[in-house]
Amino acid sequence: MNSTELANRLHTKFGELVSTPTEFRGEVSVKVADAERIVEVCAFAKKELGFDYLVDVSSLDNYDEDPRWTVVYHLYGIASKQYLRLSVSVTEEKSELPTVINAWRTADWHEREIYDMMGIRFRGHPDLRRILMWEGYPYFPLRKDFPLAGKPSDLPEVAFSKAAPLEGGPFVTAPGGKDSIEREPRVRTPEN
Amino acid sequence: MPEVQEITIRDTAAQAQTAAQSLPPAEDLQDMQGEKMVLNMGPSHPSTHGVLRIVLELDGEIITKAIPDVGYLHRGDEKIAENMTYTQFIPYTDRLDYLAPLANNVAYALAVEKLLGIHDKLPPRCQYIRVICAELARVSSHLLGVGCFAMDVGAMTVFLLTFTEREKIYNLAEALSGARFTTSYTRIGGVSRDTPPGWCAAVRKFINEVVVNIDEVETLLTRNKIWVDRTKDVGVISRADAIDFGLSGPNLRGCGVNYDLRKDQPYLCYKDLQFDVPLGEVGDCYDRYLVRMEEMRQSVRLLHQCLDKIPGGFDNASKEPVNVADGKIVLPPKSKVMSSMEELIHQFMLVTQGVNCPPGEVYFGHENPKGELGFYINSRGGGTPYRMKIRSPSFVNLSILSHLLPGHMMSDTVSILGSFDFVMGECDR
Repeated sequence: MNSTELANRLHTKFGELVSTPTEFRGEVSVKVADAERIVEVCAFAKKELGFDYLVDVSSLDNYDEDPRWTVVYHLYGIASKQYLRLSVSVTEEKSELPTVINAWRTADWHEREIYDMMGIRFRGHPDLRRILMWEGYPYFPLRKDFPLAGKPSDLPEVAFSKAAPLEGGPFVTAPGGKDSIEREPRVRTPEN
Repeated sequence: MPEVQEITIRDTAAQAQTAAQSLPPAEDLQDMQGEKMVLNMGPSHPSTHGVLRIVLELDGEIITKAIPDVGYLHRGDEKIAENMTYTQFIPYTDRLDYLAPLANNVAYALAVEKLLGIHDKLPPRCQYIRVICAELARVSSHLLGVGCFAMDVGAMTVFLLTFTEREKIYNLAEALSGARFTTSYTRIGGVSRDTPPGWCAAVRKFINEVVVNIDEVETLLTRNKIWVDRTKDVGVISRADAIDFGLSGPNLRGCGVNYDLRKDQPYLCYKDLQFDVPLGEVGDCYDRYLVRMEEMRQSVRLLHQCLDKIPGGFDNASKEPVNVADGKIVLPPKSKVMSSMEELIHQFMLVTQGVNCPPGEVYFGHENPKGELGFYINSRGGGTPYRMKIRSPSFVNLSILSHLLPGHMMSDTVSILGSFDFVMGECDR
């Protein structure tokens, strides 16, 4: 059974909750309408459809759009050799969804990373602490409104670099500013 | 009264010992239990291979709780990727798994090419060169992995042997890309340059030498009593746990799970090449070591086939292309840029805007030496990714530690960490 058929089974089982599968570059994705029910969908995908391996969980910040967050799950069946991508939207006010740690324990660190980088909380996670940044770090660095240059925190020399195009990369310029310093993306805040 | 915690001891020797002693009465047990000690291992410890910190709670010499702490090498690669063109990110991939930069370059280029829809249209010579790169990187990474593993448990000689051999791979990488370490060899749609004259012959010479070295390591370790005692039945992971925790690469195959992306999701020219996927049986440190040794032999086998079959021959006498013939993806030759209008426009657009990718999302998983290195790219069109997530094998592999370590002796930690063969540059990104 290929991934489209498996995704269709998911769609048949959950009806409106799971969108009809879309395909891009041979990869099948479905959208799950209600983040609260992601656990059910994942449990079914694991038990009945054989997606026993959770490859990855990642998150997207759709800045300036509503809902702001998208959480993306990459599922793989070791026996069927098929991938399936589930994506689910979460609003900014809520910024919370249930954990899938009961289906795959590898979700533990992936979810901690998403919490650390984006600030999306996973309800029911046994140990939702920061993982890459240090305890007590006040910001969520992968959010689009977090500047590339970093923000000063209680450890001023860590995680903060001055906007200086000639002091090492990334050497990307964006159109707009008058001189190269203004074109450097690290000096721009998302507002301007 | 302190809480009595039941722990399973996977070490068979310790298990037999525990079974032999009958348990003392409950009132004596409390005195015997004593205090627990918290030991901080790392972030700078020779066996943590970088900056991994593990907080261990010990009852005597037995670990009762382990909390791994990662992130000391976090550089925000994913944030950086959002702010530069796809091509500009290639040098950053060198710094992920810095023991196998060539494999990372290949993985990243393939992910972007998948987004562009050209990953199966690469010229054959380019595919073969990339496979040679990836397999050389695998040999290099496993040589160091096995060498460090052996050194951590006290066999210094092995490390010296494998490190000498690895030096030759660095020389090959230097001849190929100009850099020993930070190769940045691939480009979107091809490679930065064709193999230099004599390079393929040098690879052939190297793989003939490395098998001798692998045999030597085998004689030193595989049936060595001390080595077997330190690794056999230590750090046993069941198949179900390995899949549940998302292990990949030799660590997963060491548990007997047949999952190799080169076979299961064939990319490049792996379909046309013959190789076996070694699997472990028990899932202990010894099996992971054996799997790595056999993978090196299989890589050598793959390299021989690649060199036999490479289109254009060793020095590309028939001038086979190594890049896709699309001016909107690959930079045009410099001579044409200065003389032809179309090439000048392509050059200008590629350098200033980057490769124009369609909107969409792709995930590409590459069988890296350490496991599955995946890139999830979410594009909204244009030359920069909207979001790029790096699924690094070391990060996921390490997440099992808090489950695996309790019940082991303190000294087994060193064996287990060595057998996992992780790199913090990739774990922390």
